[in-house]
Amino acid sequence: MNKVDELVADTLKTDIPDFGPGDTVIVHTKVKEGDKERIQIFEGIVIKRKGGGINATFTVRKISNGVGVERIFPLHSPNIAKIENKRLGKVRRAKLYYLRELKGKAARIAEKR
Amino acid sequence: MVGIIGRKIGMTRVFDDAGKSVPVTVVVAGPCSVTQIKTEKTDGYDAVQIGFLDKKEKNTSKAELKHFAKAGVKPKKVVKEVKGFAETNKLKLGDSVTVEIFEEGEGVMVTGFSKGKGFQGVVKRHGFKGGPKTHGQSDRLRAPGSIGQSAYPARVFKGVRMGGRMGNRKVTLKKKKIIKIDVEKNILMIKGPVPGPNSGLLLIRK
Repeated sequence: MNKVDELVADTLKTDIPDFGPGDTVIVHTKVKEGDKERIQIFEGIVIKRKGGGINATFTVRKISNGVGVERIFPLHSPNIAKIENKRLGKVRRAKLYYLRELKGKAARIAEKR
Repeated sequence: MVGIIGRKIGMTRVFDDAGKSVPVTVVVAGPCSVTQIKTEKTDGYDAVQIGFLDKKEKNTSKAELKHFAKAGVKPKKVVKEVKGFAETNKLKLGDSVTVEIFEEGEGVMVTGFSKGKGFQGVVKRHGFKGGPKTHGQSDRLRAPGSIGQSAYPARVFKGVRMGGRMGNRKVTLKKKKIIKIDVEKNILMIKGPVPGPNSGLLLIRK
């Protein structure tokens, strides 16, 4: 660990569940509206995990009203309340960019057993 | 004005109270020692000379040794002057200057030497547009265009912007916000980038 990483090491989360590309996850994000804080849910397929340490991010893709939506989350962001791994996917790539060109039945991912 | 000398060690990110990711540069600043106090009376202007990083006595010239001995500190690798420092902080010779002179959230000026880019053309160095890419153009993509007139003046005026050495010059950035201060580790976290490579020296003032 270099000097810079050591300084932010205490802000790293330790309760991150095991998940990777192809998995279907439910991301609980904190949303602030005025003084109120509520939880918003974003559910979709993880298409990539990127970076290490505090810079790590992951991208979740879902189809919303027939439109593909991708959201990039910083893994260690305090705005992420919880990550649930709903379904393990069986994939042979680390980055599932090919899903962007597929839709419907073709965009399904087999479950890992 | 108060100031301190520091060394850039790299960049990272921190999350603020709202959970937003803030890019920060990590600087190890000080502790510095006051090596000389210049006054209007003796030197013509008011300033404080501060030194950063110890060096070996055998690598120090006799003149320098005497200079540092006067302040009662070990020989320093880097010395810089900060104007108008003494009155604001009532510093004396040999006093130590640490990151405590700054507060979290305030803006500072950061001075350093930018990374050297070598010999660069006008597009990168001066932001010229270059020539068209298509419509029968050849060898014009990154050309500077006209550099002057014709038979009169029959020469290129001084100061016309051209290609040349870029970077490796003194750059000062103002209003750089201090995000975090660690007094124990002598660390400053400054929002955004600062000039120079990692391990480059910086003068931080306010």
